Amino acid sequence: MEAAGPIVKFTSLQKRYGDGPLVLDEINLAVQPGDFVTFIGPSGCGKSTVLKLVSGLSPWTAGDLSVAGGRPRQARDRQAFIFQDATLLPWLTAQGNAELPLRLRGVAAAERREKAAGMLARVGLEKYTGYYPRQLSGGMKMRVSIARALTLQPQLLLLDEPFGALDEMTRNRLNEQLLALREQLRFTAIFVTHSVSEAAFLSNRIIVMAANPGRFHAEVRVDFPYPRRPELRERSEFQAKVNEVSRLLHQAEGAVSA
Amino acid sequence: MKKLPPILAWGLPVVSGLLFVGLWYVVRAASGLQSWILPTPLEIIEAAWRERARLLAAAGNTAIGALAGFLLAGALGFVTALLLGGSRALRAGLYPWLLVLQMTPVIVLTPLIVLWAGPGLPGIIAITWLISFFPIVVNTTQGLLSTDMNHVALFRMGNASRLQEMLLLRVPSAMPYYLAGLRIAATLAPIGAIFGEYMVGNSAGGTGGLGFLVYSYNTQIKIPALFATALTSCILGFIFVAAIAWLNWAVLHQWHDSFERSEH
Repeated sequence: MEAAGPIVKFTSLQKRYGDGPLVLDEINLAVQPGDFVTFIGPSGCGKSTVLKLVSGLSPWTAGDLSVAGGRPRQARDRQAFIFQDATLLPWLTAQGNAELPLRLRGVAAAERREKAAGMLARVGLEKYTGYYPRQLSGGMKMRVSIARALTLQPQLLLLDEPFGALDEMTRNRLNEQLLALREQLRFTAIFVTHSVSEAAFLSNRIIVMAANPGRFHAEVRVDFPYPRRPELRERSEFQAKVNEVSRLLHQAEGAVSA
Repeated sequence: MKKLPPILAWGLPVVSGLLFVGLWYVVRAASGLQSWILPTPLEIIEAAWRERARLLAAAGNTAIGALAGFLLAGALGFVTALLLGGSRALRAGLYPWLLVLQMTPVIVLTPLIVLWAGPGLPGIIAITWLISFFPIVVNTTQGLLSTDMNHVALFRMGNASRLQEMLLLRVPSAMPYYLAGLRIAATLAPIGAIFGEYMVGNSAGGTGGLGFLVYSYNTQIKIPALFATALTSCILGFIFVAAIAWLNWAVLHQWHDSFERSEH
């Protein structure tokens, strides 16, 4: 882990694509090591754009953004991205897909085989290493995608609505698995979702965004201690937190039409 | 797509083939045409048997020319597509000229090819190459440029070099396109070789291939033998296409959606 200081720091950040309207305006946030920060907001609020900026896939327009004390691109080795769909290479097996980041880095074959197999085992896919993506269910594909992201043991994990296309049961199970992996591997996470209960279950901080331009509406702290058990979802404090975030979300949506 | 039951999948082509042969006999009988204008299927098979030694030797020669031209087109087509797919400047600079080459009728180029590559096999290979090359280049280039944007982002995030992106991402994802190009080329290559033999094969003397037989039977008015040559060409073409269909299966069946998902 880094010494003191935030792992990601947004300072008056602005983003527009070309000559278009502002997509993000006046974003200020310091993500501390160990945080699980979730961005939630109406569609078009630029929450996915936040992840693109942090990963260095897209440049910002004004303000400043630092990742691990440097430019986002320089910090690519420390971060991994999980996309909305699993984005597995269909011609590689689960094992081959999990090995990809190590392969791109030039890690020797024996070492990357071992590391990838180990990570697939952690997500419960040890029996499926030889399967091609088309032979796997949606949830299993996403678990391969998570294993692939974690083979490099990143400090920072960026997740762009990774479970949005999955059914509720699978989604809940993957949420629990993600938190368990976080206990073991100690990564910081920035997560984007549409689901309030997913946000409340996973995060210690929820950023509610408003749209046009995308901006902060409110930050909600979620103080339930980790590790969190599935039973948490049934507790009234949890429900109260979900309600609070939903209310803020409605406010934020109202702010758009106003 | 829903599949036909096997009995129909095999039975229907047989039935339509039999109907066609029947129709052939009816036309022959009704028109009163003579054998040297419209031979019956049986006469064609008899001619094929009579001429079997020449036909087989010729088919062998044609196969050599077609295969050599096809392999050359497959290799050069792939390399050309890599250049076009890898560099925007090369694509802009070369693609129009490639089109010009394709638009020029081969028949116009044939005398030049004979002049440059020489008559006989080299000229035949050059003509086959010229005919099979273009679909491979166009398909493969398209494939190299059709990579999923999320996959590209994944490679960028992994700090992949351009070479890694090409070899580990663009080339494998272009494989279905390359194979589609090869499949078209496989149907064109025997035609190209036969055309080449017809145009330039005879000037080399010797036995020649099927194209030379076409020339020779035609001048001797051996029409049933001419039909038998057509039949032999069909079979040769079929072997080419079947070989590529097998290659396509071997490369893609594990992972590509064009093949049925295997159950585990």
